[in-house]
Amino acid sequence: MANEELNYVPFTEDMIKTHTILVPTMLPMHFKMILAYLRTYGYNLELLETNGPNIAETGLKYVHNDTCYPAILVIGQFMDAISSGKYDTDKLALVQFQTGGGCRASNYISLLRKALKKAGYGHVPVISISLQGVEKHPGFKLDIKKFRGMMYGVLYGDLLMTLVNQTRTYEVEKGAAQKLADEWTEKLGTELGAGKVSYKDVKANYQRIIDSFAQIPVVKRPAVKVGVVGEIFVKYSPLGNNNLEQFLTDEGAEVVVPGLMDFILYCVYNFILDYKLYGRNFKMYLAGKIAFKYLNGKKNDQIKMLKADGRFEAPTPFEHTATLADGYLGLGTKMGEGWLLTSEMIELIESGCRNIVCTQPFGCLPNHICGKGMMKPIKEKNPDVNIVAIDYDASSSKVNQENRLKLMLSNARANLEAELAAKEAEEKKEPLLVS
Amino acid sequence: MIINNAPKLKNRLTLGIDIGSTTAKVVLIDDGNVIYEKYSRHFSQVRQKTIEMVQEIEPLLRSRTFRVSISGSAGLGLADAAGIPFVQEVYATGEVIRVLEPDTSAVIELGGEDAKVIFFKGGTDERMNGTCAGGTGAFIDQMAVLLDMTVEEMDAASLQHTRLYPIASRCGVFAKTDIQPLLNQGANKADVAASIYQAVVNQTIAGLAQGRKIEGKVMFLGGPLYYCQGLRDRFRETLKLTDETALFPEYGRFAVAMGAALYGADSSITFTYETLISALVISAATVVPTSERMQPLFRSEAEYAEFVERHSKTLVETTPIESYSGKAYLGIDSGSTTTKLVLISEDCKLLYSYYSSNKGNPVQIIREQLEILLPLCGDRIKICGSAATGYGEELICHAFNVDEGLVETIAHYTAAKHFQPNVDFILDIGGQDIKCFKIRNGAIDSIMLNEACSSGCGSFIETFAKSMGYDVQTFAEKGLHAQAPVNLGSRCTVFMNSSVKQSQKDGATVEDISAGLSVSVVKNALYKVIRANSPKELGEHIVVQGGTFLNDAVLRAFEMELGAPVIRPAIAGLMGAYGAALHAMHFEESKLISYEELQNFVHKSTASTCQGCTNHCRLTINTFSSGRRFISGNQCQKMVTGKKEDLPNLHQIKRDIVSSYPTAPGKRGKLGLPLALGMFELLPLWHTIFTQLGYEVVVSKLSTRQTYEKGQFSIPSDTACYPAKIMHGHMEELLEAGCDYIFYPCLSYNIDEKQSDNHYNCPVVAYYAELLNGNMENLDQTRFLYPYLSVDNEKELSRTLFRYMSNLDPTIKLREVRKAVKAGFAAYESHMARIRAEGEQALAYARENGKRIMILAGRPYHIDPEIGHGIDKLANQLGFVVVSEDSVAHLAKSPKVKVLNQWTYHARLYRAAQYAAEHADTELVQLVSFGCGVDAITTDEVREILERSGKFYTQIKIDEITNLGAVKIRLRSLLGALEEKEGK
Repeated sequence: MANEELNYVPFTEDMIKTHTILVPTMLPMHFKMILAYLRTYGYNLELLETNGPNIAETGLKYVHNDTCYPAILVIGQFMDAISSGKYDTDKLALVQFQTGGGCRASNYISLLRKALKKAGYGHVPVISISLQGVEKHPGFKLDIKKFRGMMYGVLYGDLLMTLVNQTRTYEVEKGAAQKLADEWTEKLGTELGAGKVSYKDVKANYQRIIDSFAQIPVVKRPAVKVGVVGEIFVKYSPLGNNNLEQFLTDEGAEVVVPGLMDFILYCVYNFILDYKLYGRNFKMYLAGKIAFKYLNGKKNDQIKMLKADGRFEAPTPFEHTATLADGYLGLGTKMGEGWLLTSEMIELIESGCRNIVCTQPFGCLPNHICGKGMMKPIKEKNPDVNIVAIDYDASSSKVNQENRLKLMLSNARANLEAELAAKEAEEKKEPLLVS
Repeated sequence: MIINNAPKLKNRLTLGIDIGSTTAKVVLIDDGNVIYEKYSRHFSQVRQKTIEMVQEIEPLLRSRTFRVSISGSAGLGLADAAGIPFVQEVYATGEVIRVLEPDTSAVIELGGEDAKVIFFKGGTDERMNGTCAGGTGAFIDQMAVLLDMTVEEMDAASLQHTRLYPIASRCGVFAKTDIQPLLNQGANKADVAASIYQAVVNQTIAGLAQGRKIEGKVMFLGGPLYYCQGLRDRFRETLKLTDETALFPEYGRFAVAMGAALYGADSSITFTYETLISALVISAATVVPTSERMQPLFRSEAEYAEFVERHSKTLVETTPIESYSGKAYLGIDSGSTTTKLVLISEDCKLLYSYYSSNKGNPVQIIREQLEILLPLCGDRIKICGSAATGYGEELICHAFNVDEGLVETIAHYTAAKHFQPNVDFILDIGGQDIKCFKIRNGAIDSIMLNEACSSGCGSFIETFAKSMGYDVQTFAEKGLHAQAPVNLGSRCTVFMNSSVKQSQKDGATVEDISAGLSVSVVKNALYKVIRANSPKELGEHIVVQGGTFLNDAVLRAFEMELGAPVIRPAIAGLMGAYGAALHAMHFEESKLISYEELQNFVHKSTASTCQGCTNHCRLTINTFSSGRRFISGNQCQKMVTGKKEDLPNLHQIKRDIVSSYPTAPGKRGKLGLPLALGMFELLPLWHTIFTQLGYEVVVSKLSTRQTYEKGQFSIPSDTACYPAKIMHGHMEELLEAGCDYIFYPCLSYNIDEKQSDNHYNCPVVAYYAELLNGNMENLDQTRFLYPYLSVDNEKELSRTLFRYMSNLDPTIKLREVRKAVKAGFAAYESHMARIRAEGEQALAYARENGKRIMILAGRPYHIDPEIGHGIDKLANQLGFVVVSEDSVAHLAKSPKVKVLNQWTYHARLYRAAQYAAEHADTELVQLVSFGCGVDAITTDEVREILERSGKFYTQIKIDEITNLGAVKIRLRSLLGALEEKEGK
């Protein structure tokens, strides 16, 4: 092995008391809850919600400009915060989420450390959080219990995201759904933080959340449904995708975004596949199987509840999603978002959402294959699907992206109108047949 | 014209407005009759232009009620602000074609900055170019400027072409890098013009059709296709269309505006002339800018005065040529876009200088200048030495018998040293290049040149100035006093185009844009080329030069970004020529062409194809009056000197090995292996396994340009790397060979050499087979085998391969597979051992014969002649023994790297760099494919490993580009710097 000695600054136990830990934002609701939960362990965590063009600018100064956009943004956001003077850099630590694997994204953490060193902050510890457990930090150990707490944050977040998206396009009072979601985020975060994490309570909360959203006054009207898939950061982060969800909602569309749990399940499922396909790591295979069953069960409980309730559309069970790439590409495609990206496109089509935005950082390697590379076969097998690929980048202009989105939306609207007209004609015909 | 099959136009007056990136179009339709149409450039004054155009048709609109709709990329903001319905332009085109030409199968529409393709038959599909694709109207405009022609002249010239040069079609900047050297080397303008159009055509097909064939009745729309006859011809020919199937309608330029009118015809919002004008006027007032603004370049007049005062001090003394007598030295800098010439006295004073755009013909310009200069010298002044530098160096040397040719970097350093003996950092921004070098202990210590991708800096400002209706001087002056410069980002110029578009939409002034562009050029240089974090890193005595720095806005932006003053010699634009003249001072007697000979000077350039080897380089042969000849376009010296290179070249050895695998007859059918991506290294493994299993194994040949073209129509993602895109051509070749099977497996993991943290393949190498399967329709003619396999474990490979193959052919036995796999690994091992042995032998040869060694490092597939473009041979010509990364990696230990060392191929890079770091006679040059995401990570590491030991780091970005001009400068600079360092 090349790097035997510890080549990073560890986060020690002493630091728990003294250090402020900065966390980058990807999904605001999810992350707020998870942070609230982790604070109960004494960590002084702060979610970075800064935005603006100087973030990318700072990123470009510290990271190789051809590196992918998410790295430029996340590192830019950290460096921007560190050099703002707001923090005592001797009492500061950073958290970076990390996926392992053959995609260059597994190098974000190294790039962040390089940037820190370059700027003279080499002593700032960076904690990597990853399923693979790439590094050890004595002051930041994630045990099963913590994983469980964080998992609830993800589950709540996914539910809230689903409900907000299904409500806000139709709400009478603009902003009502988001406001309600924000209230819930606050409440659930505090609750998780108070240490009360019992699954029974969580399920009771699910029902309360669903009920509260069902009470928002809405005017149902036919709206274009647009699904968003893609590289995980630009898919979710408003900073990464120039507020894509907001743009689509303002255009009157209903946005469908598959949840974060799907991505986690995908990562876990790959441990199983790694053994099955490549004969690797039997231990991780067993661990993966157990973890998968557990996490997937939790997701399915939520689906069951939504289905039983009937007022909102439930997400697709992951076992099913995992079968959908079949006929397009193999499940061995496991770098980056891999086969999940393709599967999610099919999942959207199956659930009746035939307009899809496929987001990726400019020059994203796995997306050449799983995103853009699969569009032709997807269109062939589903001729009425309307997909647009949007590249995000430090310098690509919003006007360019919006123009392409507008084209997708124009077609979506025309398709919807044709569908409604056909339906109307069908309905007119029916009484005749009956009589 | 009359549109009579659109009921919604009946009895209605409808106005369609299309505001594109460069032009605005209006169409007025009354009861189905098109009663008015107008096409006009808007020079970025979007709102004002629209108001003007509406005012012009006041008589037609007055006292009537009508409907309006706006379309076009620059129309969006306007429509929103004015409350006018907006329709996306591709959608609008679709609308109008469905009405006018319902039997159309595809539409190709080229606009100022967008290219669009719409398929109607077999499922409507609408596509727009990605963000990295500039082969459009703005690109053609830029190219015309480059040729010093109007667009009309260029078009007319293109019709006279006799041959086509391959020109990169990825984006404008890339194409420019190909075109510029062609011009400098004297290629015929007609041929270049047609080749430019061909590049646009290729771009459209590769970037937009993405696997769908363009056939049937095709409509060609948009400005460029309306105006450029030559472009039409290229499309017609390339797509094999006839006059019946390729239609270029009269209304081509107005299709979007007509579509907008159609779209708006049933709108519920109606206007009168007054309400429309007032809506537009109000919209102009309620601009909400979204693009970011920056600090002005000068906060006060006093600041400006100080700036002007400070820079006026770095003058060069001049002596009138009429009053001088004695020795003199001539320096010529034949740059990519400009030609510079100086004559200096014995005490380095300027006697004569000349600076001009090279107008696509540097030879003619130098000739004219010499015709003026030589009589001025008369008998009083004796030119004792002459030197030429720059892109056109060789051509100029041959044409005028110039005494020596110098690589640019050395010329610039010589000049800078003259102004600031302690200079430790030089930044030169020219028309096409950014060059910078650090100087340590009086020798060039590191050289950084911009990659093809970020070039176009200086000439970009010029082209932009022209497109906005200004000359570059006025444009720059405007920028100096901008109130709020627009932040345009710091990437490639195509991206900047879009940012400019956005800022125009937000109502930015010409001043703000000019200043913004200056800042972008500076940021590009600082953060993309130099990759600096603070001015301290650069040095204490910074000299800036190059024509672009004559632009005070750029100079100021640079000082602001740096936070420190720099020195700009007043002859910033002439530094290359001045340095060449200084360098020529060691000559006593010059061979320079005489005035008499100049009178009969003839320059003829002809094109031909070299028959020296299978490479068939396209040559340009320049012949001059005295019988001197200069050949360019050659990848080797065979044609020129008649000699064969004899220095060891591992790239060539590896090529010979991989192309010598024999095909043995096999009972189980013909199985093809595409020689691309990972196959370059694993060929021995797979070839042996399948031969042993009883297949007749066929390997595709090393690539040529034709290989790429053969497969380009099925490439879905045009920003993938060239080595991946060329794979499509190899697949086509195997299909043509009639293979029963084609095998290219999916390999997440590569061979484990136990030298890294993990041993992945990059995502593209790992899974490209999936993409091929999804996008190559004709793979149904064969069985494409792309199982997920592991090659890091013999047992595992036997198991998985058996499972897969026995499904295919139940007669295959596990025992058989095991045996084949064992033999395969043995073949692979011996292959690698042979490469290592050849590497060691080459190193020994170099050391015995006192030759320099170059590790030309990249990936195994970089040895492909079409991917590596003969850089290895060029290095041979320069006197280097060439080895590859995999032939020397075993001779060094894995160095410490700061990143996750997890890819097999890349781990070798680090070790090869370590080897170079440890050996004084060995240099490493890293080949990086455009779009390689992984190399964004490795390059910084490799650089660090080398620089830790005081070695030069040289990176060459490669793509479709075939011209070696820029590469040559880079390698020669390296050589020059090495020599200088050793001389000390």
